[in-house]
Amino acid sequence: MTKATLQALLSHWWRNPLQLFTLLAGLALATALWSGVQAVNAEARASYDAAAATLGEGQYDRLVRRDGQPIAQDTYVTLRRAGWLVSPVVQGRLNGVRIVGVEPLTAPSGIGPVAPQEGTDVVSFLTGDGQLFGTAETASRLPDYAFVITPEAAPGTAVTDIGVAQRLLGKPEQIDTLIVLPSQPMGRAALADVAPDLMRQSAQGGSDIARLTDSFHLNLTAFGLLSFAVGIFIVNGAIGLAFEQRRPVVRTLRALGVPLRRLIVLMGAELMLFALVAGVVGVALGYVIAALLLPDVAATLRGLYGADVSGNLQLRPVWWLSGLGIALGGTAIAACGALYQLAQMPLLAAAQPRALAMAAGRRARVQGQVALALLAIAGVLMFTANGLISGFVLHATLLIGAALALPLVLDRVLAGLSSLAKTMTAQWFWADTRQQLPGLSLALMALLLAMAANVGVSTMVSSFRLTFTDFLDQRLASELYVQVEDAAQSDALVAFAGPRTNAILPIQSTEVTIAGQTTEVFGTRDHATYRDNWVLLQAAASAWDSTFTNDTILINEQLSRRAGLDVGDLVQVQGQDFSIAGVYGDYGNPIGQAVIGEDVFAILFPDVIPQRFGLRMDPAAVPDFVKELEQATGIPAAQSVDQARIKAISLAIFERTFTVTTALNVLTLAVAGFAILMSLLTLATMRVPQLAPAWAMGMTRRQLGKLELLRAMMLAVLTAIVALPLGLALAWALLAVVNVAAFGWRLPMYLFPLDYVRLGLFALLAAALAALWPARRLARTPPADLLKVFSNER
Amino acid sequence: MNVRMLLLLCWMPVAMQAQGFAGLGTQAEGFSVPQPGPVFDFPTDHGPHNDYRIEWWYLTANLKAADGTEYGLQWTLFRSALAPEAGAGWTAPQLWMGHAAVTTPNDHYVSERFARGGIGQADVIAEPFAAWIDDWALQGDWATMQMRASGPEFAYDMALTAEGPLVFHGADGFSVKSAAGQASYYYSQPFFAIEGTLQLPDGDIAVTGNAWLDREWSSQPLADNQTGWDWFSLSFDDGAKLMGFRLQQTDGANFTSATWINPQGETTPYSDGALEAFPMAFNDADVPVRWQVTLPDKGVDVTVAAINDNAWMTTSVPYWEGPVTVSGSHSGVGYLEMTGYD
Amino acid sequence: MLLHVKDIHKTYHTADGPFDVLRGIDLTLDAGETLALTGESGSGKSTLLHLIGGLDTPDAGQIVLQDRDIATLDDTARAALRRGTVGVVFQQFNLIPSLRISDNIAFQARLAGRHDPAWIATLTDRMGLSAHLSKYPEQLSGGQQQRVAIARTLAPKPRLVLADEPTGNLDEATASTVMDLMLELVSEAGAGLLMVTHSQALAGRMSRRLHLKAGRVA
Repeated sequence: MTKATLQALLSHWWRNPLQLFTLLAGLALATALWSGVQAVNAEARASYDAAAATLGEGQYDRLVRRDGQPIAQDTYVTLRRAGWLVSPVVQGRLNGVRIVGVEPLTAPSGIGPVAPQEGTDVVSFLTGDGQLFGTAETASRLPDYAFVITPEAAPGTAVTDIGVAQRLLGKPEQIDTLIVLPSQPMGRAALADVAPDLMRQSAQGGSDIARLTDSFHLNLTAFGLLSFAVGIFIVNGAIGLAFEQRRPVVRTLRALGVPLRRLIVLMGAELMLFALVAGVVGVALGYVIAALLLPDVAATLRGLYGADVSGNLQLRPVWWLSGLGIALGGTAIAACGALYQLAQMPLLAAAQPRALAMAAGRRARVQGQVALALLAIAGVLMFTANGLISGFVLHATLLIGAALALPLVLDRVLAGLSSLAKTMTAQWFWADTRQQLPGLSLALMALLLAMAANVGVSTMVSSFRLTFTDFLDQRLASELYVQVEDAAQSDALVAFAGPRTNAILPIQSTEVTIAGQTTEVFGTRDHATYRDNWVLLQAAASAWDSTFTNDTILINEQLSRRAGLDVGDLVQVQGQDFSIAGVYGDYGNPIGQAVIGEDVFAILFPDVIPQRFGLRMDPAAVPDFVKELEQATGIPAAQSVDQARIKAISLAIFERTFTVTTALNVLTLAVAGFAILMSLLTLATMRVPQLAPAWAMGMTRRQLGKLELLRAMMLAVLTAIVALPLGLALAWALLAVVNVAAFGWRLPMYLFPLDYVRLGLFALLAAALAALWPARRLARTPPADLLKVFSNER
Repeated sequence: MNVRMLLLLCWMPVAMQAQGFAGLGTQAEGFSVPQPGPVFDFPTDHGPHNDYRIEWWYLTANLKAADGTEYGLQWTLFRSALAPEAGAGWTAPQLWMGHAAVTTPNDHYVSERFARGGIGQADVIAEPFAAWIDDWALQGDWATMQMRASGPEFAYDMALTAEGPLVFHGADGFSVKSAAGQASYYYSQPFFAIEGTLQLPDGDIAVTGNAWLDREWSSQPLADNQTGWDWFSLSFDDGAKLMGFRLQQTDGANFTSATWINPQGETTPYSDGALEAFPMAFNDADVPVRWQVTLPDKGVDVTVAAINDNAWMTTSVPYWEGPVTVSGSHSGVGYLEMTGYD
Repeated sequence: MLLHVKDIHKTYHTADGPFDVLRGIDLTLDAGETLALTGESGSGKSTLLHLIGGLDTPDAGQIVLQDRDIATLDDTARAALRRGTVGVVFQQFNLIPSLRISDNIAFQARLAGRHDPAWIATLTDRMGLSAHLSKYPEQLSGGQQQRVAIARTLAPKPRLVLADEPTGNLDEATASTVMDLMLELVSEAGAGLLMVTHSQALAGRMSRRLHLKAGRVA
């Protein structure tokens, strides 16, 4: 019985290869979309993490020699014995491989991403010839050494014990940097007393960008979830159609005596098999997409960190699993619904047509109520959401609510248009479109989600890009930053730089408490650099003027939000009252910040001297200036930072990420277009009986075909009109709710109408392309087929 | 997990294994094994015995502030060998681990340090005696000693004065740990007077009291079926002292051992069964924090109760270690260490 | 006795309230006997046929088929009944469009696990379908499709054949031919036949007839 039933079920696909193709392709594309986004996302994140972890970038303060020379090992021991919890690192290159030597007993966890596994031998790692941890590729470049292959290690990097690294690199008893552990004991001696030739490098520099990156990744993750939703809709559409098409066969099989349970099991198994096949294809496809997009990202990461970041995508098992999980899980979810309906389906087809119609009506009503409820929740959350969870709930309710509401909204709109129709043809067109709506609604929902995701993501990404650029301009405005150790160096720098630069901007700050919040307050010199580059979110009139004349204060957004301070409020700094003249965006900073005039700062904090200077000068002159500065004043080059270069690299890396995002946007839309094609193709055969009367009444097949095309585009336009506000709402939720909850600052939202128009055209194009083939097929339906409708009628 | 975790996994078999400390029973290939009838040679034997796998310098102290508040203090240096030799530089096979703690009636501050031997970050020298890891140190001539340690929330600086002789446990310092004959070399200086300053988050506190320094080394002190221990060092108000331990076995039975120390430092060793320790009350983490300890031969029937129930050492290998008060047939203070409960 | 229907009731619940389709039907059928079920539209004859075929369950009454009350069977057991014991010939043919004619004919026999190639060859030959075995249903005329459906039903040699206006979609001449064949084959197989029909002519060719009116035997 099983064999015969299976033959009957499978023969359906054999006879209708197009339907099989659309089912498999729908599943595969949804999987590809998901795994592509995940791959790019995960790989970018892994690259950041690997680079950051290997270098301890931005995580820990470090001690280095002022003169940039290696630190003696004895100094390390002296520091430890003085209570300084530091861990030594030695680095160098061997056969093109970056060797990083760490001291595993004292290193903070997270440095040197090495996982113990079978084959590792502690005795060998610490003593004897040593062991190196790295990827297989790295190991192949150092064939003479004992490697433990760790795929998750940073590419081109081998991590080993410091003793081994010192020997390999020919640096006996030498240490390059000392990592300062975050937690230090009480009563520790001052660094100047223990190791006066060392200076402490703060981790702060890199972390602004790191936090901005985190925010970007969070948003990318949200996009990943959107693509997941689109994928699930497409899978659902494909499965739903597959069941719809075989409904009569299922009925016949049951009437002939195939038990329902057996039928459900067999159909479920059949679908899972398809899902598996399509899932494998989809993951592979996603991999190809990601691999095509990724080299650019890797190249810029390499530039930014100076670290080796693999340009090759690794096909990690977790992607296979998550990709297949999406295919199988999505299919299972969709199949459960379809199989449930199948189980509920009365064996006798038309026994109770009215009851069925009533059930359909009831379902539509329930769907409408659910949509309304979800949108109502979203509406409330719009104003009340203030945490990460509620932000994501807002997202979900908006998405699902809008998707569920779409068919009902379209139905209402079509009904309205229908009542306006003057001619018979027009009336038939609208009525017929309404009748088609249920069959197309899943595909249209997918299109809605895809477009909304696109609007949302492009708004988010572009807003992010503008903000990020502004922020870099604001914070890295000077061409060169020089750190000074003491007043003497400070004086020497000012004397030397005065005639050679356009402006010297001292950067001096101290930590105070403003309105109960820990705040770093800066004394700032009056210069156009600030007026031109800093973006004030709110400002009183002539905010900069009054601040530079020492009457007012500017605070960052974080402080404003946390302490509930607004422009015009009074705050106290060191006992003196200041009126807040403005609030500026300070993306990435975890704590409060404030700016007051240089003079009043000097009066309030006479002991604080500038630790850094920003120098405005011709960017081309920077390298020579640094050299001459070292010769003339003895300020080591290590204390000068060419920020222009960092800025350029940072911008480049984000540009690449944006390119990737755009490419994924196009892909999402293509998948949605495919869903429409699929639905139209399926509907086409079922629609012949509906079209035959119109044909019989005198419309040509050509006309009918044109109307089909027009209908698809019209539905796409209507969907786009709904998608635009939905997408903007999604973006708003990401930028204004989720980001604030996650990071404490709000990303400003910018609108990009031209992008949206372009997107709308893309959607229209996708719908037109999808409708073209079914319409052409319709226009060429042999009249005999149309006639058959009448002859076959009972 | 990084390399350090890997190392800890390696460390544990030779020190104390997270899973019931059972690793102390690990075989001792290439290492020396304690033999009966030891002849100690001081000051050399105060220093490290690199041919033994595991060794410790273990000091605990009961302290009292001027206001009568009782405190406890721990200073421990563990040595663990990957190979039976001293070595030099980074390849030296000796690893060091330090644990320091201060216990108040309400808080328990813990810090932990690790170091490689061979580079000077941690070591023990017998003459003149100095034991250190990072800024923690215990040094002096065993008549008077200085001791300090620090953590993120505490620091202490103490002076020790010996008021009695060294005492040797078991058979002249050969301390049997199981029926199968596993043993360690074990002696103590339980007669230190101690005074100094505790630095705590709320400020400095001057304290005085008495301290007990244990020295022990071995290569496989526990039998395979032993999972942990409860160790008592009690100082009675009449000047006598009692060291006793109970080793837990997988079959639910125990192996006990005790040393009675009279006020003059003369010892009476007791083998398995003479001392009994029975848990009477447990803390929230199911660690016994009140015990009935009996040694009928000396008329001892006392209740040993933790000053702070939550003296849990949140170190890489966690255990319970804290000061106790003694009441019953004898009164006094002491220290309790319990392993194998996590 | 092959079939004994006792006091069957069936009510459908519609938007206009309950509608009593069958209001106490009794009938019997012996092996080899043929019975025509006639009546106006809505008289309940198709419903009765579906109940006997195990496609639906009665609200009250018994349907004893081969000494077993099928009204008490669960879904799976009724499916087994449809596979082997009862064969239904539908007005709409209900062929499986994706299977070739040969597979369609053999389908129910294979489901029932009673695939007898010789008997199927006989059926195919007698039905005049031999030339069409590798075609698909859509390539056949209505009369040919109905003959495929009848062959499919008879292939597992069911004890009881139920036919719901099997010639309703056929012209008179074709209908007559198909009917002759069916009666012949049913009689050869020794099965009982219960046929719903509008046609007085067809009804006249059966051994008995039963007229339904408003859910009762008239």
